[in-house]
Amino acid sequence: MRRNPAGVAGAALLTMLLFPIYWMIASSVTPESRLFQSPPLVPSTLSLDHYRALFDERDFLIPIRNSLVVAAMTTIVVLPVATLCAYALARLRFRGRALLLALILAVSMFPQISIVPPLYLILRELRLLDTYPGLVLPYVTFSAPLAVWLLTGFFRQLSPELEEAAMLDGASRVRALWDVVLPLAAPGVATAAILTFLYCWNEFLFALSFMLGPDRYTVPVAVTLFRGRYQVPWGQVLAATVVATIPVALVVLAFQRRIVAGLSAGASKG
Amino acid sequence: MSRHVAAIEQEERLLARWLVAPALLFILVGSLVPIAATGWEALHGHDLRLPWLGRPFVGVANFVEAIQDPRFTSALLHTVTFAVVTVPLEIALGLALALIMHTAHRGRALIRLATLLPWAIPTVVAALVWRFMFDAQAGIVTALLRTLDVVGESFDWFVHPLAAWVPIGAADIWKTTPFVAILLLAGLQTIDPALHEAARMDGAGGVRRLVTITLPLLRPALVVAAAFRMLDALRMFDVAYVVTGGGPGTATEPLSLYAFIVLMQRLRFGYGSALSVTVFLLTFAFALMWVRALGRSLVGDRT
Repeated sequence: MRRNPAGVAGAALLTMLLFPIYWMIASSVTPESRLFQSPPLVPSTLSLDHYRALFDERDFLIPIRNSLVVAAMTTIVVLPVATLCAYALARLRFRGRALLLALILAVSMFPQISIVPPLYLILRELRLLDTYPGLVLPYVTFSAPLAVWLLTGFFRQLSPELEEAAMLDGASRVRALWDVVLPLAAPGVATAAILTFLYCWNEFLFALSFMLGPDRYTVPVAVTLFRGRYQVPWGQVLAATVVATIPVALVVLAFQRRIVAGLSAGASKG
Repeated sequence: MSRHVAAIEQEERLLARWLVAPALLFILVGSLVPIAATGWEALHGHDLRLPWLGRPFVGVANFVEAIQDPRFTSALLHTVTFAVVTVPLEIALGLALALIMHTAHRGRALIRLATLLPWAIPTVVAALVWRFMFDAQAGIVTALLRTLDVVGESFDWFVHPLAAWVPIGAADIWKTTPFVAILLLAGLQTIDPALHEAARMDGAGGVRRLVTITLPLLRPALVVAAAFRMLDALRMFDVAYVVTGGGPGTATEPLSLYAFIVLMQRLRFGYGSALSVTVFLLTFAFALMWVRALGRSLVGDRT
């Protein structure tokens, strides 16, 4: 057994990264009465009481449904919009191309709070506060740049020869895009869909500002506003954080290589 | 023939316009128009609780009020200090993590998973878990430090104006270091391993190679990662809202949170918009400064 300092440092970092997640899960199955005594590292009793309370008393399915609906609606809008824009940016020459790229990057860096006031007033005027479309609009705006950025990099990696061949055979560019490029771009589009879903699942400030009643809370808002008036019901809060983490963990498990590739492509092309 | 090419180019330009139009529309409606509207709203007195006062134009009165508002100046100070303290830590830790990911022979899949999970978890979840771990009674970090006699029996992070920053910083660093690591890992992978091989042949040790080969070649990735992190830290909201709510008092309140409170709790939209604009201006000023200082490595060979 060879022990090198990098290995030790790696193990330490790994522990620091994973321990909070372990602790969240372990505490969520610890009965409330034991939660506040000095807790053992490995829970001695398993209790699903917090989870039961979460779904029976709190009706946590409502925020889960809300989050899924908003994420799905956003993804459905973002993907075609971003794919078309990214294709043009990657393949076509037109005036204002560099400006558009810069604009897209700039928008993704906007502080969310700086557009909350007018959006709130407009959504109130249109009676879209507390509705799904009201939240989908800012979500599309903020997740589209990421998807465009990612897909532009992806299209550039695809060889243009196939679509050129199709166009020589008489297909129009739109036809070539639909028949030849899109099937090849499917992995890139899938990555964009994953990142869009994660963005919607995690977003907090817009949801907190525009979803006013518990019936429309998304998961992050519902989890945060659990805090009781006098004390935090930690057992239930932690059970809720575990539930909020499960979809994310599944997505990460299934697509980890793709996510890493997508994130680093977006950045290194930047 | 050349006329034919010109016709095709014309056609492509038209097509490009149609292809980018929907995205452009969303960007305009969803962010450019709203940011302009926030700037305009900031020049008005507008209190949603006092609708009979209307929405009179007040010029820069809201900004004058901000400068004289001690809660604003300390929120500004908190925001900048937080960014300047946490981002270098995140870059350093992220570099360490990236180097480990890059050189690990065993357990790569586990390391990648352990890195992606904190990145992907909702920020409010990360914040809640760290809030719990620092809890005065139930928190394992507090309990550990108590057994080691680092903190006293009744120590509570959340009643000390300075100590309350520790759980905020811990949550933020834990959540964002993986992102830095992923960006830097991509940079590391572009470095030709032959360079390291040659240096090793010449007898250069690990530290030497890190300083003379890795860091200079990693510069573009470091510049990009630091820019992303700074812009994100300057608009920090979620972690502070969840971990301390800005407390005790307003000791850990960043600018975004103060603006949110003025807007959504006090319903003072004019003044709240002025505060929101300052968050925008702050990130804008940083971005300009960063691009001017390090522009070439940011834009790179993109176009």
